[in-house]
Amino acid sequence: MTIQTLTEKLPVSILSEGDLSRQITKVFCCDLLSIAMSKAPADCAWVTVMGNVNTLAVASLADAACVILAEGTVLEEAIVEKAKMQGITVLSTTQPVFETALSVYRLLES
Amino acid sequence: MDVQSSTPGVVLKYVVSPNDFTRAGEASSNVKNILKQMGISPDVIRKVSIAMYEGEINMVIHANGGDITVTITPEKIEMVLRDDGPGIPDVEKAMQAGYSTAPEQVRSLGFGAGMGLPNMKNYTDEMKIDTVLGVGTTVTMSVYIS
Ligand SMILES: Nc1ncnc2c1ncn2[C@@H]1O[C@H](COP(=O)(O)OP(=O)(O)O)[C@@H](O)[C@H]1O
Ligand SMILES: [Mg+2]
Repeated sequence: MTIQTLTEKLPVSILSEGDLSRQITKVFCCDLLSIAMSKAPADCAWVTVMGNVNTLAVASLADAACVILAEGTVLEEAIVEKAKMQGITVLSTTQPVFETALSVYRLLES
Repeated sequence: MDVQSSTPGVVLKYVVSPNDFTRAGEASSNVKNILKQMGISPDVIRKVSIAMYEGEINMVIHANGGDITVTITPEKIEMVLRDDGPGIPDVEKAMQAGYSTAPEQVRSLGFGAGMGLPNMKNYTDEMKIDTVLGVGTTVTMSVYIS
């Protein structure tokens, strides 16, 4: 599934738009960055409530397809700009982490 | 950054600024991009990126910054992370998963889970810590390419 498809099917808003045609093949949840970095599979949609500049670094190093900030987590404007500059797609949703990940999982399975 | 491409391989040098979380990760990202351009396998790149980012973050959190030298040869990628920080009193303890002296403010940023050194060890083929209390720490890590 592409990121574009995800944005059409789930209640998310786009904070930073990278390559929306990129494929998502897995979904991953974790807020501890050391664990996320070592365990997040490449091309995953990474669901987290950790919205800071290190989130971007970890998303990029782990090669996540996109970051989904759950629970209405906001990102400072300067960080949004940084995400845009680096071409990292960051989405935001008011839904909780589990429901968000489950929705992505169901879309991937369908 | 400073690139020297004389033998024996490519040498990259970085300065890690103290207490600057917004810039931590720049050196690892840069190395990642260079390795990608060199056509190094994604698996090796991932190991180097994870190990180096954890090391970089440690230099920011625990040691007032420092410098990193990365040497890329056909056989391996070697990373030397050097700082003039407080040193590590008990390396064996520091290597234990979950052990951390990071302050609360660092934890709220998603770090300080005590997984850094264990990750660095797991994702590299060789790792050596030279540390002297009050003088500093040098962590040398290698990832084999083949
Ligand atoms: N470069 C360093 N200089 C001084 N102490 C360090 C350094 N790197 C790690 N440490 C010590 O080792 C501990 C464990 O490190 P690590 O496993 O990366 O966990 P964390 O960074 O989450 O605390 C740190 O809490 C710190 O006390
Ligand atoms: Mg650490």
